[in-house]
Amino acid sequence: MVTEEKFDFTKTAGQRLSIVLMIGLLLATLGFFTAGMTGDHGDTHAETDYTEHAGDVYDEEPYGAEKRESHADETHQEESHSHGEGGHHKASSVKKRFLSNLWINNIFFGGLAIIGVFFFAIQYVAQAGWSAGLKRIPLAFGSWLPIAFFLMIAVFIYGGHDLFHWTHASLYAEEGGDEIMKGKASYFFAPLEDGAFPFFWVARMVIFFGVWYLLFRKLRSLAFSEDIEGGITAWYKLRKTSAIFLVFFAVSSSIAAWDWVMSIDPHWFSTMFGWYVFASWWVAGLALTLFLVLFLRDKGYLSIVNENHIHDLGKFVFAFSIFWTYIWFSQFLLVYYAHIPEETIYFMERWKSDHYAPVFFINLIINFFLPFLLLMTRDSKRHSRILKVVTAIVVFGHWIDFYLMISPGTVGENGGFGFMELGFILIYLSAFLYVMFNALSKMPLFAKNHPMLKESLHYHI
Amino acid sequence: MAQRTNYVLGVYDDEDVLMAAVEKIRSEGIKIEEVFTPFPVHGLEHALGYKRSWLSIAAFMFGITGTILALIMQIGMMSVDWPMIIGGKDFLAFPSFVPVIFELTVLLASFGMVGTFLGISNLKPWGKPRIYDIRITDDKHVMAIDLEQNNKAEKEIKKVLQGSGAVEVNNKHFEE
Repeated sequence: MVTEEKFDFTKTAGQRLSIVLMIGLLLATLGFFTAGMTGDHGDTHAETDYTEHAGDVYDEEPYGAEKRESHADETHQEESHSHGEGGHHKASSVKKRFLSNLWINNIFFGGLAIIGVFFFAIQYVAQAGWSAGLKRIPLAFGSWLPIAFFLMIAVFIYGGHDLFHWTHASLYAEEGGDEIMKGKASYFFAPLEDGAFPFFWVARMVIFFGVWYLLFRKLRSLAFSEDIEGGITAWYKLRKTSAIFLVFFAVSSSIAAWDWVMSIDPHWFSTMFGWYVFASWWVAGLALTLFLVLFLRDKGYLSIVNENHIHDLGKFVFAFSIFWTYIWFSQFLLVYYAHIPEETIYFMERWKSDHYAPVFFINLIINFFLPFLLLMTRDSKRHSRILKVVTAIVVFGHWIDFYLMISPGTVGENGGFGFMELGFILIYLSAFLYVMFNALSKMPLFAKNHPMLKESLHYHI
Repeated sequence: MAQRTNYVLGVYDDEDVLMAAVEKIRSEGIKIEEVFTPFPVHGLEHALGYKRSWLSIAAFMFGITGTILALIMQIGMMSVDWPMIIGGKDFLAFPSFVPVIFELTVLLASFGMVGTFLGISNLKPWGKPRIYDIRITDDKHVMAIDLEQNNKAEKEIKKVLQGSGAVEVNNKHFEE
């Protein structure tokens, strides 16, 4: 029979993560200064460069050019506005890049946290037996939720003005405001006055994180009580709570994607965006789960997880890499084919920008072609070394995806991938893993009283 | 031109006995051609030592063929034979080719795989199915041993089969 296992989060492991965190801090600080020194494209220049560039492309179409011009005016206004507020352009561009980094990692790791709970919930609702031995690893991701919430609120309060164009009160002025933004204002500011404190937006964030966290706590405590009491009462309750969570998550994940990511480009919208962000989170979460399962197995834990379970997780990563591509392409193709300037602008900023075009293609290569070809065969999905490499790349690949969603809208052509980005990834990753491993060590690694544990042990594909 | 194949059939009525029998018979050096079961028996393919099916490789090849065909077709039609500007796109607007590439890949891969499967399983319309024992669709597991493939004498094989728990041991031959 299976013996209970408990993850031992040793001091040395904690120290190692702290060292990674320190390196991250160091790199981020280094990046802060080097970006300040070398990043002197100068704000306004970069902005106009890009606008002119986009204008060139649209020259063939009269109304497209008009649109760009009006946007250019607005950008200039914006620039002079921030200039007027004081502070050097150079300094403000570094600050923007710093905030943008924080925001990318908040979204990415916050997403991983909630996706872990989502994985756990979906296993119960589907009454899945195979995953009984490994589903507490994704559950532990959820412990990052309160930290993610705190960081998001803090970054928004400190740097919302730099990150989100829609926060600028001048857009909602009676005279010379932005008509499109006026139409969207109540989505951010209701019930308060347009351009004041974005009550509705913040309230949504509080509600989402609040409900996510409450349901995560509930699932976790039910899993605990199952360990102690045994039987199937806890399992039924887990199923019910999971179902409630999934219904809430279905709505909230989409709205969260619009609020936190899509609203960075407030004039643009895509009906696919909620799914797109979810798909990116989901496949990154699956890849991270698989990587951690393999890591823990190498450390001698999770003896009940065999290569059949690994194979299934590998299939998940493979399938949802394709799913992500499907969503990505569905969003892209409609915009590409319809060729409406206010929609294509999103891809112009990425695909046709000298700065982001390489990232645009790297994103597709490492998130689609690489997992698609490397994980296609049965053998590779059962081979732990291949899986470890691929999942690590996929997790990073989806960070790149979020980088590509957020950066062009926040820092534009002043962004880049340097010490600062690397540093922030290390900081967030080590903190996330610290919190996650800490949560994992508080609980047995698998549910010894899970009604389907035996089924999982005999699982064979 | 009739070719005669001779089989010895071991009939089993329990899958656990069958599994043990498969292992025992293979360890005696007797080559089992096929085992027919009324329902899937887990681990049987491992016990029989089957190699990985090449059906997936065939599917991949058919899929790649579809990809290439779709590319050639669309580039040929839209960019070479009769170039047209549609919606202000280039003559070779690759993203708009992708759905057709995907569809043709999936179509050829699935049709090719189904066709290959029917072919190698002798389920082609003109194929004559071999009915080893009618009870394999009901409640009996049947192990087929081709006498030509084994050096052992028929008597010896029958003895091993009986010793492994077979409820019946029969002869069967096909004229094809």
